[in-house]
Amino acid sequence: MHYTIGNLGHLSVITAFVTSLLSSFAYWKATSLKDVEQKNSWLLNGRFAFYMHAMAVVGIVASLFIIIYQHYFEYHYAYSHSSLHLPGQYMLSCFWEGQEGSFLLWMFWHVVIGLFLIKTQKMWEAPTMVVFTLVQAFLASMILGIVIPGIELKLGSSPFILLRDALSDPIFQLQPDFVPKDGNGLNALLQNYWMVIHPPTLFLGFALALPPFAFCMAGLWQKKYTEWIKPALPWTLLGGGILGLGILMGGYWAYETLNFGGYWNWDPVENAVYVPWLILVASIHTMITYKNSGAALKVSIILVIAVFVLLLYSTFLTRSGILGDASVHSFTDLGLSGQLLVYLLFFTLVAILLSIVRWKEIPSTEKEVSTYSREFWIFLGATTLCMMGFQVLLPTSIPVYNKIITLFGGSSNLAPPANQIEFYSKFQLWFGVAVAFISGTGQFFWWKKIDKEKLKSELLTPVLITFLVFALIIAIAKIYSIPYLILTLAGIYLIISNVKVMLSLLKINPRLSGGAIAHIGVGLMLIGVLFSAGYSKVVSLNNTGMLISKDLPTDFNRDNLLLFINEPRSMAGYDIEYKGERIEPRHKSGYVNKNDIELTLDPFKVIAKKDIIFNGEKLFQAKDTFEIYPENTFYEIELRKEGKLAASLFPRVQINPAMGGFLASPDIKRKLSRDLYTHVSLPMNREEEPEWSAIEERKVKENENFYISAKYEASLESIQRITEIEGVQLSAQDVAVQAKVKVQGEHEAYYAEPIFLIKDKSQVGRLPSEINDLGVKITLLNIHPETNEFLLGITTRQKDWVVIKALEKPLINVLWIGTLILMIGFSIAMVRRFRDYASE
Amino acid sequence: MKKSYLLAIAVIAVAIVIIISTAGDASTYVNFDEAYQLASTGSSTQVHVVGQLPKDAAGHPIGIEKSEDNLSFSFILVDDKNKEQKVFYNEPMPPDFTRSEKVVVIGSYQNDTFLAKKILLKCPSKYQEQKLNAGV
Repeated sequence: MHYTIGNLGHLSVITAFVTSLLSSFAYWKATSLKDVEQKNSWLLNGRFAFYMHAMAVVGIVASLFIIIYQHYFEYHYAYSHSSLHLPGQYMLSCFWEGQEGSFLLWMFWHVVIGLFLIKTQKMWEAPTMVVFTLVQAFLASMILGIVIPGIELKLGSSPFILLRDALSDPIFQLQPDFVPKDGNGLNALLQNYWMVIHPPTLFLGFALALPPFAFCMAGLWQKKYTEWIKPALPWTLLGGGILGLGILMGGYWAYETLNFGGYWNWDPVENAVYVPWLILVASIHTMITYKNSGAALKVSIILVIAVFVLLLYSTFLTRSGILGDASVHSFTDLGLSGQLLVYLLFFTLVAILLSIVRWKEIPSTEKEVSTYSREFWIFLGATTLCMMGFQVLLPTSIPVYNKIITLFGGSSNLAPPANQIEFYSKFQLWFGVAVAFISGTGQFFWWKKIDKEKLKSELLTPVLITFLVFALIIAIAKIYSIPYLILTLAGIYLIISNVKVMLSLLKINPRLSGGAIAHIGVGLMLIGVLFSAGYSKVVSLNNTGMLISKDLPTDFNRDNLLLFINEPRSMAGYDIEYKGERIEPRHKSGYVNKNDIELTLDPFKVIAKKDIIFNGEKLFQAKDTFEIYPENTFYEIELRKEGKLAASLFPRVQINPAMGGFLASPDIKRKLSRDLYTHVSLPMNREEEPEWSAIEERKVKENENFYISAKYEASLESIQRITEIEGVQLSAQDVAVQAKVKVQGEHEAYYAEPIFLIKDKSQVGRLPSEINDLGVKITLLNIHPETNEFLLGITTRQKDWVVIKALEKPLINVLWIGTLILMIGFSIAMVRRFRDYASE
Repeated sequence: MKKSYLLAIAVIAVAIVIIISTAGDASTYVNFDEAYQLASTGSSTQVHVVGQLPKDAAGHPIGIEKSEDNLSFSFILVDDKNKEQKVFYNEPMPPDFTRSEKVVVIGSYQNDTFLAKKILLKCPSKYQEQKLNAGV
């Protein structure tokens, strides 16, 4: 038992909690006191306490990491999230698989940002750090894991809890010091490089929403109503970029790993971060408006507060267990829902109250905005973004309404929309159109004042080019749906008009081009989403026209395709053929046929039956022992076009108890214009005993040809006496004979080697031999020495099969390219605003 | 009229449309009888029905029929009013289907069969387990 490290960790958590409160108090004193000397001494105290806090957080992270890395399975966290076989790079993922670890990650980023603020923001340090340290206190309380005596109130869930305290397994009563030899392991679904970088990126995005909120609060508190925008803006831009990147990384991971056929599912957990991101982007726009014209200050304050509150709300939704039935991937309830609610309400109420108290004093402009001003268009855009968020937030909160109604004694049977994708898309599409037209036009007002006539001449070229490109695209892509046509037009217009703006900006000052570039990215993303989602098409369509059931009048197109091993079918212009089950070796890249390996007692190790060659490269020699990932099976699917190999796909099925048993991941054949996305919908159940046909007897001589199932040519190649059989003790008078039957399959020849055995002169034993790929089992039933004939028993079963689904995703690469360009735009804009701020 | 008022009116109008359509498109949790009544009035709205799989003495679910080619299947579901209903699903049977404790079907009636467009399975979660299950 390693108690020290856990105690150290727990002590660090308590220290982090206490120091954040101390620091908060000191910074509050430093803000509110008038006397400069006192102010400075409190400032030093606050800073010192925050440094202590930072060290404590690093201490928690280090302790937890040591527990995971050293495999201390006496700790619940290591036991339930890690195992001995886990590859090193995924140890990091264990860290944030659990809720406690993800709170820790969030705290860690706040510490990094807080230290940075202390270094750079002398004027704002004290009031902003009050907000920072209060947030940290709330977060630290989530992992505190202490029970307040007297009222028996449990505060937080500690990551340093011992296994015996977390589980009530009877073994702990017999043996309190019991330590399991291995852990439960990291959910294999998360053993993916995207899952190593997606959570830290997303939480960095979460953390980056704090500085703008802190500056805004500090501004209201200190009556610096206008000054806070300048330091807050670059952080907001950075946050917008990072949070957007984190969300898209999650989408990309889902596309590669899950099997719902896309990158976005409108699941409540996804919506919960999408909404704050939209509002954050809206707040960037209003803050820029304020900097340029002095308008939209109040709106900026409301939006900046809304972003932070929405992030807290999203944390509450995903971690309180309230989504329960509504979402596939929200965290389970750790009993923190009350604490999370307090966290949410505290900051919501403080922010709202502070705004109300100060509202009258906030300067605002009363002048009417002109339609030909940039303020008007930006404001319109920001409003559209907010409505876009509102439309998603409203139905996502349905479980919350049910809860509230039940709380007041009512009953509600409201469920989320049955078809979420269709429901959200039909609205978001039109918002997308509005955003594209507004930001396409708005860009022309961006950098100079313009009147009606000037605007017409500016717009002429881009509009003409837009229609030209539009005509070209519909001629090629054959779009007939009117909403899709309009969205395509809007997307092209957004791209073309911003390219024009970008080109002229590049001549003047490339540093200003961030906005134009980001908008080009958005345009590309809209087009990419439209085609990849709107024109995603099931290509494994299997229109048998057959009635599925007598009760149902309609006949169905079937979206799935049943493939028998080595029997080609045609699909989407390809010949498609299932080649069999493969596994993946641990230290070499490639796939190994399951027929070519022998299992050992250790599920992670297998022995090669023969030389294993993959794509012309010899991976292993016969008799080599090598390591594998036992939970993964890959189904090799070959695609051929006009007889030539077009692709080998290896969709995966993972045995994953945490995800309900089984999980299928696609293999994606990527082409420039479209992706072909294939996943297994149903694998064969190997545990079910197959049904064998009645034994067919056949009397053959050596080298005589015969047919099995009228399909496979076979011959008895040789017969010989053997002296050793694995698992059977042979004595001198026992007789064992092994036949070698060659069976010609579709692609290769297989050998069955059944054994006939006479033991102790009277006992007859027959060891059949199965050819897995053909579904054929051959038994040597009898030997007739007088005629030199051998009696073979042949039985067959249904051949191995797999059911797959394949989708085509056109232009999905345009979405990924658009994402990249959006990020470049964000970076350019952010660098510009940080420089702006630093230059003063 | 000032432009800002026009904008405010437009925003409120869009918000109302959104609220009404959310209320209209939101599905409901019902039992089979209510779902049947809905369908017999000619409505094709998709509803959520929560139910359990009937099990035999040994705890194996009964009434599951797979199509010959494995591409679709049907099963019996018992709702919370204890009504048994045959449900048809035009997708292969999920491997963990028989292990699930609770099944949520989303779909509607077609004649006397409930046609599920989507099914959600609630399986015993690993978090609820109190026993050690590895390396003992």
